[in-house]
Amino acid sequence: MKTITIGLGTCGVSAGGEKVFKAFHDELKEHPGTFQIKETGCVGMCYREVLVEISNGGDVSHMYGDVTPERVGRIVDEDVIGNTVIEDWLVSGAGREKGFFENQTRIVLRNCGKIDPGSMEEYVGTGGYQALEKVLKTMTPESVIDEVLKSGLRGRGGAGFPTGTKWKLTRAAAGTKKYIICNADEGDPGAFMDRSVLESDPHAVLEGMIIAAYAVGSDDLYIYCRAEYPKAIARLNQAIGQARRKGYLGKNILGTHFSFDIKIKEGAGAFVCGEETALIASIEGRRGMPRFRPPFPANAGLWGRPTSINNVETFANISWIILNGGAAYAAYGTADSKGTKVFAMAGKVRRTGLVEVPMGITINKIIFDVCGGIVNDRKFKAVQMGGPSGGCIPASMCETPIDYQQINKTGAIMGSGGLIVMDETTCMVDVARYFLTFTQSESCGKCTFCRIGTKRMLEILERISIGQGTMNDLDNLEELSLQIKSATLCGLGQSAPNPVITTLKYFRDEYVAHIQEKKCPAHVCASLLTYTINDKCTGCTVCAKACASNAITGSRKEIHVVDQEACIKCGKCFTVCRFDAVDKL
Amino acid sequence: MYSVSGIAMLSTFKDFNLMQEHSNEEFKSFNVDVWQHDGHAGALIPLLQSAQNTYGYVSEQAINHISHVTGISQAEIYGVVTFYAQFRTKPLGRNVIKVCNGTACHVNGAKMVYDTVQDELNITYDETTDDGSFSLISVACLGCCSLAPVITINGEVFGRLDATKLRKILREAKKRARETAVQNN
Repeated sequence: MKTITIGLGTCGVSAGGEKVFKAFHDELKEHPGTFQIKETGCVGMCYREVLVEISNGGDVSHMYGDVTPERVGRIVDEDVIGNTVIEDWLVSGAGREKGFFENQTRIVLRNCGKIDPGSMEEYVGTGGYQALEKVLKTMTPESVIDEVLKSGLRGRGGAGFPTGTKWKLTRAAAGTKKYIICNADEGDPGAFMDRSVLESDPHAVLEGMIIAAYAVGSDDLYIYCRAEYPKAIARLNQAIGQARRKGYLGKNILGTHFSFDIKIKEGAGAFVCGEETALIASIEGRRGMPRFRPPFPANAGLWGRPTSINNVETFANISWIILNGGAAYAAYGTADSKGTKVFAMAGKVRRTGLVEVPMGITINKIIFDVCGGIVNDRKFKAVQMGGPSGGCIPASMCETPIDYQQINKTGAIMGSGGLIVMDETTCMVDVARYFLTFTQSESCGKCTFCRIGTKRMLEILERISIGQGTMNDLDNLEELSLQIKSATLCGLGQSAPNPVITTLKYFRDEYVAHIQEKKCPAHVCASLLTYTINDKCTGCTVCAKACASNAITGSRKEIHVVDQEACIKCGKCFTVCRFDAVDKL
Repeated sequence: MYSVSGIAMLSTFKDFNLMQEHSNEEFKSFNVDVWQHDGHAGALIPLLQSAQNTYGYVSEQAINHISHVTGISQAEIYGVVTFYAQFRTKPLGRNVIKVCNGTACHVNGAKMVYDTVQDELNITYDETTDDGSFSLISVACLGCCSLAPVITINGEVFGRLDATKLRKILREAKKRARETAVQNN
């Protein structure tokens, strides 16, 4: 019997996956017994959702992209019942997605979009929980740590601290009660790797956590997950319940004297809680404000006890490393950065979604070979890595390999894996202003330089973006950046100036254009634009009515005119026009 | 228009017309059992989440109650409530529109989305329309970056928006809200 698998990760649901799911159910009622329906998580091709895979039971399968409820009837009639593949609707039709999977190496995403995340049997069927059995029955905690050290795995949350070393320090710390925390507070806007892994393969994260607990000598595990990820939390709760029933969590795991249990703590929306000491404060029920380190959490973490905090993606690597060996993992990548990295691709790139590539691949290769280049073939300008803590790397430097050291040299950071592609229609001053707005509002307020310094930087950027900046402002921005970096406590403050520093370094001419010529070269900053009305105008008078400064004149059914003297450049006419008749230059 | 979050809430609390004090009967329904979890005083945030899940916001009364149960001062609880973006100290409108301001949405026109919503509903972020039918919230990232720019209305995602498409969606939502209001009267 044929199996129809529907992608119901957040990306699939957003694109209408549940309606497609229901449509298949309705079809099944009409043709009972012809096929079965399954759901799966995110395969990474978010830009082609809703994705539907048809398999004949064996290994042979094909996938349709952009499926709508209207297309379901034809898929069932022609393909499922009629055995004729609808070539036009295939994801790979006409060689369209060439290179997307071929250039990836999937370790973390190995099961994503393949298995039903709600079924523990399917996870076990792919070799799941074998690593845990191996660890508990044949390995000492020290040998587990050695294997992870050998793999060269570094923390995937952003800072890149070697995972094995973190475990070793926590294990060596004094005290009998220790904690493992999974940091699933994925706060970078534009990054969704962790959410996707939690939704698509929750058991892989649980298994990695239990192995970590065994290695450091902990029996109490926490997952700190963003409340904004309801589906991920539901999946985790379901998976924890299943693991308890099967004896992978609870007392005397697999007949040993080890006991582990996992609790979920929902975050309440604060970017700074991704910082480990803030995260601990938040679990303890306080305002999530970072504290001075040392002592590091490995010595004094949650409730003052030794705690190892690792990221979702880090944990998802562990069982693979145990089963295949640290050396096999270290075979991927560069001298400094081993293994693979998952990136969330967004912005002006053709294929937006999740990709996992071996370390050492160049940024250009990810954007052009894996992700198909820039939307509408516009000119590639820069890529933003590392979210609000990261920086913009210009197109000219995108032969840089994905490697912690090499990325740091550009002024950006590896970060957690958000990769936002920008083209010629993106204004770099606006991007810097955007990230500063974010970090400014997310600053916890503890350090003066972060609280007030980012505010002053933001004011300067706002001034520049409305054409009121001076060249002196650029020096002030640079000076403030250095001061904030050196006089703040946590990663949020220390990295907050990065987007400004990198855009100033690589795109100084854009800042200068805003200041001296009062022009926004990318036509983004509203106050620096000139609005004119072209001959597509139907004379509907909507723009004239909307204009706050009565700058638009014209009779009904005649082309309207903007009085540039009176125009306050609010952009309202551009927003209200339904005929593309307002140009901004 | 009134502010959904905002510091000025405690003083203006009582005379607010959409705000109804919870009866004592009702109040028992919100789960304070999550407190004292494992003998740690760590469940303040889950308690507040429980209060907000039950009533839609964290009321002054809820803060009093939590303070009474936990022994944590009201000021400290208020400090926690206002620290986290998730907590509201005022109720939301009947329909909630979230505009995504994640990076991908920002570079793909979140400003246009905001301008259009603002134009249609005449409210800005963290405000509710006078008739209590719509609240507008800005969120950092809804996580569907491939559909940017994106909004959600009551959790339903609308993606790949342009001004025309969005205006149509909003007008339909307004029409539905009016119809519901008429039915309820």
